[in-house]
Amino acid sequence: MAALEILEVGPQVLVQDLGRPGLAALGVGRSGAADRGAHRLGARLLAQDEALAGLEVLMGGCTLRARGAVTVAVTGAPGAVTVDGRDVAWGAPVRLEDGQTLQLAPPSPTVGLRTYLAVRGGLDVPSVLGSRSRDTLSGLGPEPVGPGDVLQVGPAPSTAPTVDQVAPTVDRPDVTTLRLTPGPRTDWLEDLQALTTQDWTVSDRTDRVGTRLTGPALTRAPAYRDRELASEPMVRGCVQVPADGQPVVFGPDHPVTGGYPVVAVVDPADMDRLSQLAPGTELRLTWAQPTTPGSARP
Amino acid sequence: MEVTLLPMGREAVLVEVAGTEEVLALADALRPERAPRWTEAVVEVVPAAYTLLLRVAGEADLPRVREGVAALAEGLAAGLPRTADAPSPDATDATGADADATGADAPGADAAEAGSDDVVVVPVTYDGADLAEVARLTGLDEAEVVRAHTGSTWRVGFIGFAPGFAYLVGGDPRLHVPRRDTPRSRVPAGSVGLAGEFGGIYPRSSPGGWQLIGRTDLTLWDVDRDPPALLRPGAVVRFEAV
Repeated sequence: MAALEILEVGPQVLVQDLGRPGLAALGVGRSGAADRGAHRLGARLLAQDEALAGLEVLMGGCTLRARGAVTVAVTGAPGAVTVDGRDVAWGAPVRLEDGQTLQLAPPSPTVGLRTYLAVRGGLDVPSVLGSRSRDTLSGLGPEPVGPGDVLQVGPAPSTAPTVDQVAPTVDRPDVTTLRLTPGPRTDWLEDLQALTTQDWTVSDRTDRVGTRLTGPALTRAPAYRDRELASEPMVRGCVQVPADGQPVVFGPDHPVTGGYPVVAVVDPADMDRLSQLAPGTELRLTWAQPTTPGSARP
Repeated sequence: MEVTLLPMGREAVLVEVAGTEEVLALADALRPERAPRWTEAVVEVVPAAYTLLLRVAGEADLPRVREGVAALAEGLAAGLPRTADAPSPDATDATGADADATGADAPGADAAEAGSDDVVVVPVTYDGADLAEVARLTGLDEAEVVRAHTGSTWRVGFIGFAPGFAYLVGGDPRLHVPRRDTPRSRVPAGSVGLAGEFGGIYPRSSPGGWQLIGRTDLTLWDVDRDPPALLRPGAVVRFEAV
């Protein structure tokens, strides 16, 4: 059976698929690729099931060698991709012959943080609770990938790739805007509109659990200043406001319950983009609905 | 049953109720074998302390799920016992006020009779590092703390914090103690603890701030077991001193 031998890694290389949904009542979060669209695009390029596992490579820096012939596709943050030192295409099926070395160079942080390597046949590492995703919060799933690891590749599907190449879809305005819908605890903020009228910066304390935003602190409404909230279920994209007033947007490895008020939820459609924003990036939040958030409360 | 429907993005609704018993009653009514038709649109039900999350596959399903859960809750109006785990932090006093035949020593007994057939007995060695502190905080002696802990009929309210970490409710109100001021960086797997109105058992070694009163050898979490969590929402739990 074919395999990929890992030679070098950058800050973080994880095996990811679409995660393990439906287990939150047991305390298990979904996890899965942070940029699901990029993961899915890789599956389409290789004409295979989206549930098959690939690699999520943070800030580039992954070098690996094929054992046996393996077909791969690189999606997500576009960076230089080479095979034995020759440039090959991003966003296209690439066939690696036995012994050939693939290198993913770090993408420029202004184009994104996470590059995805889809592997035809999928990475055949042991599945835990129905998924091969590494959940960095709970520690479920395969260990982070490191030099010397040999990742087995599953049998290729019978369908042949039909897409030659896709164009990178990088349109990066100077300031990214994420759309919000109201969360359950909008009344805990003194001035809810402060969320959407000021600029926020992606903090360097940002990971797959959550993206921390820094900016002028949000203050609690007087009625809630000394209140504590009992643990509530959380969802990917929810905007939690801890006591320090600096919001956190929960990512794929978020805790299933949390004890700080959720005042808004980032649109699922914008979460892939958020997962690609590097620390220091400025962003704005805006209400997605024409109604005011207060009126959406029953 | 009084419910408030709160927004939680495009693909979920957060249902707020009076207490953990109400959360469990609602979750129970949503079980597949008895659930009404509209629940086909629900892909996940997540209970917590006073809230229950219903997640749907797509935004279009949300209106009928909101209507459905409101109607369901209305049908559940009568008959729920008032329990010691009501939101008020001084619920201790309230227990006496509406005490029924079960008395304050077994505030979870109503819940047990309300339908769960799932009873888990947990053998515990009561030698926890905070046992003396819990005795001091509660005004009981250590033997009384153990008796109160083993004499309670606990129930799993919800799971959070870590895979398989069950928040147990319905314990003796005298055992309500604050978390430790300084969390421990490592709490061993199997540690039995208390915090606020809740009891719990650490399924795996992890950081933690609960007051530890003992330990059990039971395996709380095993990914190769189906289901992996020993304690699941609604289960009745009794502790036994060994």
